[in-house]
Amino acid sequence: MDVFISLLINIFEEGFIYGIMAIGVYITYKVLDFPDLTVDGSFPLGMCLTGLLVSLGVDPWVSCILSLLSGALAGSITGILHVKFHITNLLSGILVMTALWSMNLVITNDSAVLSFFNKPTIFNSGIGSSFTGVMEDYKVLIMTGVLVIIVKIIIDIYLKTKSGLLLRAAGSNPQFVTSLGRDSGKMKILGLAIGNGLTAMAGGVLGQQANSANINSGTGMVVMALASVIIGTTLFRKIKIMKATTAVVLGSVLYKTCLSLAMLIGLPNKFLKMLMAGIFAVVLISNNILGGRRKRIYDKTKK
Amino acid sequence: MIKQKNNMLAEFNGPIVSLQHIQKTFNPHSVNEITIFQDFNLDIKKHQFISVIGSNGSGKTTILNLLCGSLAVDNGKILVKGKSVNKKKEFQRAKFIGRVFQDPAKGTCPELTILENMAMAEAKDKHFGLAFGVNRKRMDYYKSQLSLLKLGLEDKLHVQVGSLSGGQRQALALLIATMTHIDLLVLDEHTAALDPKSADNVMRLTDQFVKEKQLTALMVTHNLKFAIDYGNRLIMMHKGGIVLDAAYEKKDALQVDDLLNQFNQISIETGN
Repeated sequence: MDVFISLLINIFEEGFIYGIMAIGVYITYKVLDFPDLTVDGSFPLGMCLTGLLVSLGVDPWVSCILSLLSGALAGSITGILHVKFHITNLLSGILVMTALWSMNLVITNDSAVLSFFNKPTIFNSGIGSSFTGVMEDYKVLIMTGVLVIIVKIIIDIYLKTKSGLLLRAAGSNPQFVTSLGRDSGKMKILGLAIGNGLTAMAGGVLGQQANSANINSGTGMVVMALASVIIGTTLFRKIKIMKATTAVVLGSVLYKTCLSLAMLIGLPNKFLKMLMAGIFAVVLISNNILGGRRKRIYDKTKK
Repeated sequence: MIKQKNNMLAEFNGPIVSLQHIQKTFNPHSVNEITIFQDFNLDIKKHQFISVIGSNGSGKTTILNLLCGSLAVDNGKILVKGKSVNKKKEFQRAKFIGRVFQDPAKGTCPELTILENMAMAEAKDKHFGLAFGVNRKRMDYYKSQLSLLKLGLEDKLHVQVGSLSGGQRQALALLIATMTHIDLLVLDEHTAALDPKSADNVMRLTDQFVKEKQLTALMVTHNLKFAIDYGNRLIMMHKGGIVLDAAYEKKDALQVDDLLNQFNQISIETGN
């Protein structure tokens, strides 16, 4: 039973951390309609940068913020390549993702794994050290939970501000943004900065939870994030009062659950990435079958 | 200083928009090279409501695109209130040129509610910062504006614009385009995609807004009846040139038959 509970705790911990990334990818993929591959590079970027900073003794929360900014910078570069130099959205992401691989090696000083045990992280210093006794087992769960809720609320509020409305309009009708005398390209760059900033921060938090940064951690992050977004927004579409940001975090937890269950019944570790892609494929196919009828009706009303 | 500037603008008596010696060639240096304009000139005076008609390929829509900045001119000057806007991008020109497109989907944001669309339209002159998007205190104002459309949209503030009909969306787009101060309203065949009843309604609203808000407007249309019935100046274009330009009394005397005759004449001359 204890094993089961600790597995469950682990699922939620990681589900929440990846949930931060899912909220970011929700901004780029759903709000901006931009399939952003930068995520595979910005996730380990945040993780490696946090690893370096924490091992240098920088305050762990400051490290998280700096990771967020590094991801925002990476996302802006993708945006600038796309908006200012007219490179397609997929290629812009691939270019930055590839370049980030080298950047991450520079940060970790050529090592694939950067461990920082015994260094203060957000989970073992400051607020993290105030959890004692029985609560200590739930420390990471509570902290990641609170963190993802804070991120969710900030993004929800932002999307209701004037700037947020403009961002949403830039995704659904760029011409409308132009008509309002604003540069829709700038809003795209901003959206990509937010998306990759949150992704990098998620990487940083995961690194601190694991006490190490892995340069390979980015592989499959696009799939993981998109799967969370699509599972969340599809499954909870009917629940009107639920915000999309909540839905994608739950999507992330569900996706993590599927992966953990497969591992639990004995799937060898090497099949993990195949499973990640497999679940995503199933989600996409069922989404198309379920959504097919609805989509046709929508197209008709559009015409 | 600012006051002085305002006075200067108020005293500006020249044409609101002036297109001077416009040249435009598509696909230059290729087999598909088409020169649309060699030397196009047009002055639009304040409070003129111009209907532009002409066959396909006569350059009507191209003129709008050049004016709004969706296309760049090869040569020539575009002046708005006497100042060159050649170097301004489309979104920068949109601050003083309002545009309604043929496609009703272009003038509004489908994902947002009517209320949010209205709030954004009002923010056009202001900042799009981190202030709350919808100001509840302005609800009554939005409702009064929407009631001008007589489509009952004032009771549907929280409905997503994407679920409205084409006619409703186009009326809303027209309202949004004219809500803040603009120097010129550009209407790009804005009734062409609507059913006859909605088209009549949108056209009537256009006329009402142009008169009430004292706008200057440039309307491209294929509907000869609209061109005759509305506006105070009519221009017929052919092959990148103006073949008929009638304003005020001269325009009032025009009949649909006159225009059809002129059309046929051109067709015979060019052997179409």
